[in-house]
Amino acid sequence: MSEKSLNLNLRVWRQKNADAPGKFVTYKLDNISPDSSFLEMLDLLNEQLIDSGEEPVAFDHDCREGICGSCSLTINGIPHGKGRMMTTCQLHMRSFENGETITIEPFRAQPFPVIRDLVVNREPFDKIMQAGGFIDQRIGSAQDANALPISKETADKAMDAAACIGCGACVAACPNASAMLFTGAKMSQLNLLPQGQPERYKRAINMVDAMDANGFGNCTNIGECEAACPKGISLDFIAMMNRDYAVAKVKRFFSGAA
Amino acid sequence: MTSLGKKYIMAVSGLILVGFVIGHMAGNLQMFLHPDWINAYAYKLQNLPYGLLWIVRLVLLAAVVAHIVTAMLLVIENRRARPQGYSVDKPIQATFASRTMRYSGVILLAFIVFHILHFTTQHVHPEFRDLYRPLEGVGTIHGAYDLLEATGKNHVHDVYSMVAIGFSAQYWYISLFYVIAMGLLFLHLSHGISSMFQSVGLRNHTWRIRLDRAALVIAIALFVGFASIPVAGLLGILPYQDMVQGVHHMHPPTTP
Amino acid sequence: MNLDPKIPDGPLEKKWTTAKANYKLVNPANRRKYSVIVVGSGLAGGGAAAALGEQGYNVKCFCFQDSPRRAHSIAAQGGINAAKNYQNDGDSVYRLFYDTIKGGDYRSREGNVYRLAEVSTSIIDQCVAQGVPFAREYGGMLDNRSFGGAQVSRTFYARGQTGQQLLLGVYQSLSRQIGLGQVKMYNRHEMLDVVLVNGVAKGIITRNMVNGKIERWAADAVVIASGGYSTVFFLSTNAAGTNVSAAWRAHKRGAGFANPCFTQIHPTCIPQEGEHQSKLTLMSESLRNDGRVWAPKKKEDCGKNPKDIPEEDRDYFLERKYPSFGNLAPRDISSRAAKEVCDEGRGVGPVVAGERRGVYLDFRDAIQRLGRKTIEARYGNLFDMYENITGENAYERPMRIYPAPHYTMGGLWVDYNLMTSITGLFAAGEANFSDHGANRLGASALMQGLADGFFVLPYTLGNYLGSIPPGEAGKIDINDPAFADAENAVKESVGKLVSIKGKTSPRSLHTALGKIMWNKVGMARSKESLTSAIDEIRALRERFWNDVLIPGGGDELNIELERAGRVADHLEFAELLCFDALDRNESCGGHFRVEHQTEDGEAVRHDDQYANVSVWEFTGVGNKPKKHVEPLNFENIKLAVRSYK
Repeated sequence: MSEKSLNLNLRVWRQKNADAPGKFVTYKLDNISPDSSFLEMLDLLNEQLIDSGEEPVAFDHDCREGICGSCSLTINGIPHGKGRMMTTCQLHMRSFENGETITIEPFRAQPFPVIRDLVVNREPFDKIMQAGGFIDQRIGSAQDANALPISKETADKAMDAAACIGCGACVAACPNASAMLFTGAKMSQLNLLPQGQPERYKRAINMVDAMDANGFGNCTNIGECEAACPKGISLDFIAMMNRDYAVAKVKRFFSGAA
Repeated sequence: MTSLGKKYIMAVSGLILVGFVIGHMAGNLQMFLHPDWINAYAYKLQNLPYGLLWIVRLVLLAAVVAHIVTAMLLVIENRRARPQGYSVDKPIQATFASRTMRYSGVILLAFIVFHILHFTTQHVHPEFRDLYRPLEGVGTIHGAYDLLEATGKNHVHDVYSMVAIGFSAQYWYISLFYVIAMGLLFLHLSHGISSMFQSVGLRNHTWRIRLDRAALVIAIALFVGFASIPVAGLLGILPYQDMVQGVHHMHPPTTP
Repeated sequence: MNLDPKIPDGPLEKKWTTAKANYKLVNPANRRKYSVIVVGSGLAGGGAAAALGEQGYNVKCFCFQDSPRRAHSIAAQGGINAAKNYQNDGDSVYRLFYDTIKGGDYRSREGNVYRLAEVSTSIIDQCVAQGVPFAREYGGMLDNRSFGGAQVSRTFYARGQTGQQLLLGVYQSLSRQIGLGQVKMYNRHEMLDVVLVNGVAKGIITRNMVNGKIERWAADAVVIASGGYSTVFFLSTNAAGTNVSAAWRAHKRGAGFANPCFTQIHPTCIPQEGEHQSKLTLMSESLRNDGRVWAPKKKEDCGKNPKDIPEEDRDYFLERKYPSFGNLAPRDISSRAAKEVCDEGRGVGPVVAGERRGVYLDFRDAIQRLGRKTIEARYGNLFDMYENITGENAYERPMRIYPAPHYTMGGLWVDYNLMTSITGLFAAGEANFSDHGANRLGASALMQGLADGFFVLPYTLGNYLGSIPPGEAGKIDINDPAFADAENAVKESVGKLVSIKGKTSPRSLHTALGKIMWNKVGMARSKESLTSAIDEIRALRERFWNDVLIPGGGDELNIELERAGRVADHLEFAELLCFDALDRNESCGGHFRVEHQTEDGEAVRHDDQYANVSVWEFTGVGNKPKKHVEPLNFENIKLAVRSYK
């Protein structure tokens, strides 16, 4: 519980639609409780805009507890803002100063075009998943769940990878707009588990190809993705992907397949 | 070429070049020994059998070209992937080295070109081509005598003096450039060496820390090793400084 | 309204087998001629779309989020129940069935619940095979925990994000079918109407939320899996986007709405900090295993630092009222007790709208007894989350908690086959009413969503499609006048919303509705509160349609238009919820009528009159809805009074 309130200058990216040019507009917003979340602060900005007859700032959000991956925003140059291991919706205003100017931009990447204001289209992530981010298991025909023991270490590691919420902060943070942390995490979750072995190498090739086809940049091992990831997904999963893909290519070369 | 294909090329060509640089430095450090050492070594390299010298040169050239072409592709594609940048762009944890690979790389390329013109083809100082010195029998480990005997010559190119003069105080700006370039090499490799392992998937969290440290140690060693020579040349403090022939001492090679 | 539940004859454990054996089938070669629309992409909707796509039907799946992976199933934390008995502690399908019926305060169908318990085991098998990384023991076997006061350990979990992992499993199956072209996915599309051709559901009307296009979609069957309606209270633990619209529009087209008053309030949420707040965050109920709930005895202590309140001035009210269950009393009972304390003016925390809404959940004794390390190991992530949101360190200062709307048991009425009272329209997951009665047990929501999506609909929908001759399959014409009428009605209502240009934002109207609902229709309801709530809702609805302000137009991405449409539906639906609560003259599960309680404040059920399902028929906005009743027959379970004293 904090008593004093904040007066802020918000420099917000406004863009009418995908084709329109965008620009920054600065708004003054006063009397913000430090206990508000960042998105609640934006709610208040929108109430203020609506009251004055202006169009509110569009932004994606849903669960507001850091799990759905809807919220995005690059706040003062950092995807999801300066709080480590948290999403924008978990960021609270007490971490800002009174009188501060906050620059709010959309996640920027060629594959994530702006739809409006701060809303971007992250469908390329779905496309990567559709290319191979699954285990081909017919519904209703599975064996007993305990018939296949999986060591706790493997299960935990797969879980570490599976914690990805698909928010796209990795792409937004990467100077190259690369999606390798996302792709690496999604691929490794399945490639680590025994259930994922039959399609392991096919998955590696298909997901990487889909990632490339969607126009993401290349990874240069800088590690900004890991630092920006609200779930702390490790670069290790990119290394695993690199290895699996290399093995897959070698296997494919010697098998004579195209 | 796929995104990962480019990674592998960067890693493999980088590995070749790092390997070369380490060997090159080890050879160069002979500057701190009797002139025979480096002169015999250079002579031996120049006269490797089966055209090995050119094979090695071609492999290195291929690695450099692959490294550069791929890097250019990466830069172009990565720019295309982020056509609009951020108005506020704040790195979270990325090292300066990792974010400036393309710049350190470009300057290093310029350095390599100059370095070849300087000491390999000697276009910068054509007079260096006339530096010769007989082998006194100190640096015999390279087996240069056997080679030399077969040709009937007793003089070899005086690499020792060439380097010492090339880095001497009158060319202070060249020494400075070398030291700066080696600083950039340090920067480039402090990210690059560990990064290669990541690129081919031979790294995890535990090994990342170890490899990052190893990369730092190697990069520092390379910097110190390489930079020590122009610095020593500049200050005129090579252990056998008095054996440096002045350009005015040059004399043509004696032919049998 | 035909309310035949179509529960198969025969003994409980044979019903589902019998049903499956008698269902019509569609020849695999003919399946591609049939098309199905699924609204919603959570465990139920996404699961159904994936399963039906895999069977070979043409599926179109719609969600309002930017990706099917964001459906609100993702937010469930605790776990999923299944009668696997892996712990060898006496669990069985029958016991899970029994616990669910009893937990639901005897207001659900035996047949449905038994089926749910029966397929629960297949759910775990399926999810594990798909790569859901459930927690494991060192020996490699799946780990379980006991949840929500259950006497067996039957809850499977994946850290604190079981919902996300299960949803991702479903999303992965769905992605596979999308990649194969069996399912067409439409993100950022909001369903705004169901289209009935000759009384049979044959399609939907959607609004493309990116460009505002109103579109017609035809199919041989429509599934609504659009989740619950907790956001009628504005502040809830639900995602900001969850809404009643799809279910409500189906209801307006004739689908019966069952038991809307059965709403669940979760006791351990982080209290409201101020008027600006947009949501309440749930913390795992497991906190109550070690925390002691208390409030100051004296009103004047409420603003004090809790450290300065001496032991004798603290009221450990749950331990006092329910000595045997104490701090672990069930959700509804604990929630109500906390509200009573705050209503007496003994709440703690910031003053919001003139009232302190919160009670302490104190770990002081547990830290003294077990050490801070143990508490950190057990609840560290929750303490961190609490500190992130409130800025308070719960190791030093007791946590503040308050109940919040969390889940809605009511929903579209469905028969055993999950078909609503509209032929061809199905409802699954939280959107239907079928399995949880008046109160849902912890870790059962994920189970029901997956059961409906993966294991029930693929059979029952096939049975329905099997009744359509292959020659007629997929022959629905979107130029049929029924589609044109529905589309025009949607366009008209969108046009009307954007043209009002009043002075009040949709959000503030939603907040106002939430206040009415929370204060008068929340944890404790009375005839007076409900009657006055209906009046206030009507007045607010009037105000909405005269004074709402939506900047921008309908042909663009317009977040306020989206919100306004949902608020408009909530404003109509809220009235139905009140009517149902007013009509149900008893207290059961999440529905507590102050007139029906014992002297000690315990809920009093009236099984003689209300052991049934109230199904409401829409009669026009502002008119009293028409009530139908589906009696519940308990052939296997004897009704008993829940007691937690």
